[in-house]
Amino acid sequence: MDKGYLDMELLRFTTAGSVDDGKSTLIGRLLYDSKSIFEDQLEAVETASKRGGNEEVNLALLTDGLRSEREQGITIDVAYRYFATPKRKFIIADTPGHIQYTRNMVTGASTADLAIILIDARNGVLEQTLRHSYIASLLKIPHIVVCINKMDLMDFSESTYELIKQKYHEVIEKLQLPDVKFIPISAKLGDNVVTASANMPWYKGCTLMELLENTPIDHKLNTEMMRFPVQYVIRPISDKFHDFRGYAGRLSGGILKKGDAVTVLPSGLRSTVAAINQCDKELDDSFTPDSITVQLTDDIDVSRGDMIVGDSDQPVVSQDITMMVCWFNERPLLLRNKYIIMHTTRETVGIVKSINTLVNINTLEAETGGDSLKMNDIASITIKTAQPLVFDSYKQNRTTGSLIFVDPDTFETVGAGMIS
Amino acid sequence: MTYKLTHLKELEAESIYVLREVAAQFERPALLFSGGKDSIVVTHLAYKAFYPLRIPFPLVHIDTGHNFVETIEYRDALVEKLGATLIVGSVQESIDTGRVKEETGYYASRNKLQTVTLLDTIEKHKFDACIGGARRDEEKARAKERFFSHRDEFGQWNPKNQRPELWNIFNGKKNMGEHFRVFPISNWTEMDVWQYIYQENIPMPSIYYTHEREVFLRDGQWLANEACMTLKPDEKVVTKQVRCRTIGDISCTGLTLSKANSLEDIIDEIAATRVTERGGRADDKRSETAMEDRKIAGYF
Repeated sequence: MDKGYLDMELLRFTTAGSVDDGKSTLIGRLLYDSKSIFEDQLEAVETASKRGGNEEVNLALLTDGLRSEREQGITIDVAYRYFATPKRKFIIADTPGHIQYTRNMVTGASTADLAIILIDARNGVLEQTLRHSYIASLLKIPHIVVCINKMDLMDFSESTYELIKQKYHEVIEKLQLPDVKFIPISAKLGDNVVTASANMPWYKGCTLMELLENTPIDHKLNTEMMRFPVQYVIRPISDKFHDFRGYAGRLSGGILKKGDAVTVLPSGLRSTVAAINQCDKELDDSFTPDSITVQLTDDIDVSRGDMIVGDSDQPVVSQDITMMVCWFNERPLLLRNKYIIMHTTRETVGIVKSINTLVNINTLEAETGGDSLKMNDIASITIKTAQPLVFDSYKQNRTTGSLIFVDPDTFETVGAGMIS
Repeated sequence: MTYKLTHLKELEAESIYVLREVAAQFERPALLFSGGKDSIVVTHLAYKAFYPLRIPFPLVHIDTGHNFVETIEYRDALVEKLGATLIVGSVQESIDTGRVKEETGYYASRNKLQTVTLLDTIEKHKFDACIGGARRDEEKARAKERFFSHRDEFGQWNPKNQRPELWNIFNGKKNMGEHFRVFPISNWTEMDVWQYIYQENIPMPSIYYTHEREVFLRDGQWLANEACMTLKPDEKVVTKQVRCRTIGDISCTGLTLSKANSLEDIIDEIAATRVTERGGRADDKRSETAMEDRKIAGYF
C-alpha cells in the first residue's frame, strides 16, 4: 500500500461562473481527467445525455444532481464534489452563477481556500465577472484563479487572452484582490486543465491542476492570535475521571500549548492550560483547525459560548457590531427587527440599528442604505446584541469574524455577516 | 514542527466539531447505526469527541431483519464495549403491525420500508437529531446535502429550499415535531473512510474482508444466497471469494469478487477500482433519481 496517501493536505475551492461559461463542464473535466469518475457514473451520464438529446457526453450532468436541475439544465444549489491526486485531496463547492443565487455563491465561498472564476473568452469581463470577483473578495478567499475558457472558440488566440487579462486587472485594482493567477483553457477539450495545451504553446504557465496542487494552504493558521471558542463542557460522572472538567472545542486561530496563560472572555477570568487532550492522548501543543479538549488549572466558570484566548492580541468584546451582510431570504431584513445571532458557539439576539450603505453589485458603488434589505442584497449594517460577542474582524479571522442571522419566527438562516 | 494538519486529521477535526454541536444544540439526539463502515467510523468519532464521557446519545439500528449475521454480532459487541445504549427499530414489526406492506417478486427489498420504521422510531423516542454516516461523494443527491439537514414534521427533506450553511456555523433550530439529520462525515470519501480505519486501527466486521460465500449473479451483481432471496429459474448458486464494499440489507448489497484480506489490501483495491461503491446497490438503480426520491420521503 502507498502510505503516502495518508499524508495529504486538503484544499477547498469554489467555482464561480454561469452555466454558459462552462463551469460544470470544467468540474466534469477535472474529475474526468484526474480519473475521479467511475465507469458507472460515466455510463449514467452518457445515458442521461442521450436521453436529453445531447450528441456529446454532457459532463455537466456529473454535478447537477437534483431532478429539477437536470430538467432545467441549471445548477440550483451548492453541490460538493471530491477528488484526489497523489498530492492533495480536494473539495469543490460547485455553486450556481445566476444573480438570484448570490446566496449560494456566498455559501460556497465561505469555506473556500481558493476560487476559480470563469470567463467566457468570447464575452470577456462582464458584470457577472465583477459580481463573482466581488463575492470572492467579500468572503476573503485567499487565492483566485481566473480561467479564460472556450479558447477553442477563439482560435486559441493569445491576443484575446491578453486583452481579457488586461481588462481583469482593473477588477483586481478595484477590489484589491491579493493573489490572482490567469490560465487560458478549454474545459470542453481539456486544454490546460490537467494536461498542458498543445494548441496554446504561447502560454508558459502551469495548468489548472498544477495550480490547485501547489497553492499554499497555510493561511488558515494565524500563529499570533489564539482563539478557542468553547463548544461543550465534558464532565464525566465516574470514579476514574472524578475531577475531570474539559472544555471541548475547535481551535479557530493560533497555537495552544500546555502551560499557556489564557483569558476567558467575556468574563475576563484568567487561568493556565493544565492539559490538552485528544481522546485518551495528552498533547503538548495543538493548532488550528484541530478539535481538542482543554483543561485549566483553576476551577473557574467557563461554559459554551465563552472564548478562551491568549493574553496578548485579544479579540474585541462588544455589543455594537458593524458588518457587511448578505441577505438570503425572501422575507426582507428590516430596520429595528430582531434576529437570533449565531457567532462561533455563542447565540444571542441582535437588533438592526442601521443600514449604513448598500452595495450595487453590478457597479460595486456604495449607495445610501434604506430601511430594508432584499434577498441577495449586500450591505453594511450595524446591530446591537443582547449579550456581548467576542470577535475579530472578518479580515483577520474568518471564523471569529463571521456570524449568521436566524429568523426567530421560521428559524431559517436568513443572512450572513462579516464583521468589519 | 510544522503546523499543518493532514487531510485525515482535518476531516476528523471537522467531524468531531459537528458531533459536539449536535450534543450542545439538541435535547434528544441519536446515532443511526447500520453496522456499515460509515456508521462505524461515526461511532468511533463520537467516542473520541466526548472522551472520557460516554457517547451522550443512544445508537439506533433500523433492523430490516435481512441482515448479515456478522453485522449483528459486531453491533452487539461494539455496544457492549462502549457501554452505549442500543435502540432497535424493527422493520419486521412494522410489517406485522400493518404499518408497511412487504414487497413481493424477485426484486423484493425491505430497503424502502425502512423509511417508515425509521420515522416511527424517531417519533416514538422523540429524537430531535439523527446522526448518520451518509457522505456527499456517495451519490448525486447526497452531494447537495447539508451537515445539519432539516426535516419537516413529516420527516421530509426539501432539497430545493435548504438552509444555507456557512463557515462552520450550524443552525439546528426548529419547530416542535420537526427534526434534523446530521451528517458529520459529509466531506469524507470512501478512500478517506478506509484510510482512517487503517490509521486508527478500527476493528471491522469480518464480511468486509474476503471470505467464501454462496452467491448468484443478477443483473451483473453478485448477491448473497440467503433465505430472504428468491432465485429466478435461470440463476445458479455458486461459491466465490467475495467481500462487501458497502453493507446494507442483504437484498440490495452487491458483493465484490475480492481477495482483499487486510485493510492495506482493501485500500489498494479501492485505489484501483473503476466502479463507485454504490454501483453495487440495487436500491439506487431503481431510477435516475432513486436516492433523491427516497431522501425526500425521509430515508437516511
